[in-house]
Amino acid sequence: MIQVSHLRKTFRVARRGAGFSQAVKALFHREYEEIHALDDLSFTIRDGEMVGYIGPNGAGKSSTIKVLSGILTPDSGQCLVNGRTPWKDRVAHVKEIGVVFGQRTQLWWDVPVADSFELLKEIYTVPEKTYRENLEELTQLLDLGDLLRTPARQLSLGQRMRCEIAASLLHSPKILFLDEPTIGLDAVSKLAVRDFILRLNRERGTTVLLTTHDMQDIEALASRVLLIGRGKILLDGTLEDIRRGGESIDETVAQLYRQYDI
Amino acid sequence: MKLYGKYLSIHIRSMMQYKASFFLTALGQFLTSFNVFLGVFFLFQRFHSVAGFSYQEVLLCFGIMLLEFSLAEAFARGFDTFPTMLANGEFDRILVRPRNEIFQVLASKVEFTRLGRVLQAVVMFVYGIAASHIQWDFYKILTVVFMLLGGSLVFTGIFLIYAAISFFTLEGLEFMNVLTDGAREYGKYPVSVYGKRVLQFCTFVVPYALIQYYPLLYLLGRSENPLYIVLPLIAGVFLLPCWLLWRLGVRHYKSTGS
Repeated sequence: MIQVSHLRKTFRVARRGAGFSQAVKALFHREYEEIHALDDLSFTIRDGEMVGYIGPNGAGKSSTIKVLSGILTPDSGQCLVNGRTPWKDRVAHVKEIGVVFGQRTQLWWDVPVADSFELLKEIYTVPEKTYRENLEELTQLLDLGDLLRTPARQLSLGQRMRCEIAASLLHSPKILFLDEPTIGLDAVSKLAVRDFILRLNRERGTTVLLTTHDMQDIEALASRVLLIGRGKILLDGTLEDIRRGGESIDETVAQLYRQYDI
Repeated sequence: MKLYGKYLSIHIRSMMQYKASFFLTALGQFLTSFNVFLGVFFLFQRFHSVAGFSYQEVLLCFGIMLLEFSLAEAFARGFDTFPTMLANGEFDRILVRPRNEIFQVLASKVEFTRLGRVLQAVVMFVYGIAASHIQWDFYKILTVVFMLLGGSLVFTGIFLIYAAISFFTLEGLEFMNVLTDGAREYGKYPVSVYGKRVLQFCTFVVPYALIQYYPLLYLLGRSENPLYIVLPLIAGVFLLPCWLLWRLGVRHYKSTGS
């Protein structure tokens, strides 16, 4: 259960013009611009839901994920994930969540993937039996087999992403945050990842919140869609709500962005 | 502790991927600090004492200081690359794992190549002890143990400050090296040779003198003050403000998200 109410977060970003003289000027006097990354953000996600979180670049998606995973403290507002405030009770909180940042790795670069998994098992103090079962299941579902014996740096992007997802599920989290899990993947890997997420949600009842720019992800996965723009939830509904016209979903979403002027 | 062992084993396995690099770096580290020893050696070929300390005494001081430093360095130099961890988002990853942040930072960057330096420090230390003509008794041995312990803590604290500051500046600060590598270089002579002001600074601000000068006086029999035995441990309290600064840094990081 994720309850978010009236979250606000404002960043101060330094601005300066291009050029050397401007750079010197900025050394002594800086002009700041306030960016409202989250602006009175509220939503609730029930256990076992799969929610797609969409919005243009800079809309506040990543900030939301950061707040929910306890990396970022908001200026005001409340947030409860399984009854805990993420930024206050960090260690207990992160034991129950899994986070995949599509653009970053959590595997150790130079050692076989299986070694990274072993270390994660220790970090999360996963019992031996649970670990064996999880590893076996994940290996089978994500078709990891030989990959486990390959150093992470030699994996292709698609192979690595499958390993990343497995790595974040070894401790059987109740909630999984996926930040652009299909970015840069080829068609086959995309399908494999989607298929897996779907099964995870159905069979284990894991709550999934995923951000993406790929509307096909949303089509394939999310029963519910949250549209965020300028730090606010603009639309909370099903895929059908978004796909009112007969156009492709990409066009509809682009139209929505224009309509909300975000 | 078991977890730290696991981290170590990952590092060892990573390193074995780059054998040549490992041996060359370790050798390089060894030779670098060996130069410092040569500096002391040649100096004393000309002058037989520095500010009232003999060659053997300086050697002992240098040996102890170098060992304190390199022990701290081997375990805590992970803070050195900390600005990079902030920049590439690795620290976010650390925050979403259910373990202490400092532990993870230290465990994720262990420098085995520094073993070259530790090895050299051990050689210097043994040589310094052997050449010192000290009448060893229980209290003097205890003093040396405390010096090593307290010294490692103080240097760890300084590395921690370095990391904490990078939360605010997002860049490493070169001036901090005055307190780390600089201290190792200056620390080969008892702090008092640099004058009273430096001694005061090193007593009350950054407690180098507590881990080096005062207990050394006791070791060399120049002072009977039993307080000097435990001073290095008291210097360990220095870690506390460093840790608080780190906490402040983490809080700042969490509120800016970068």
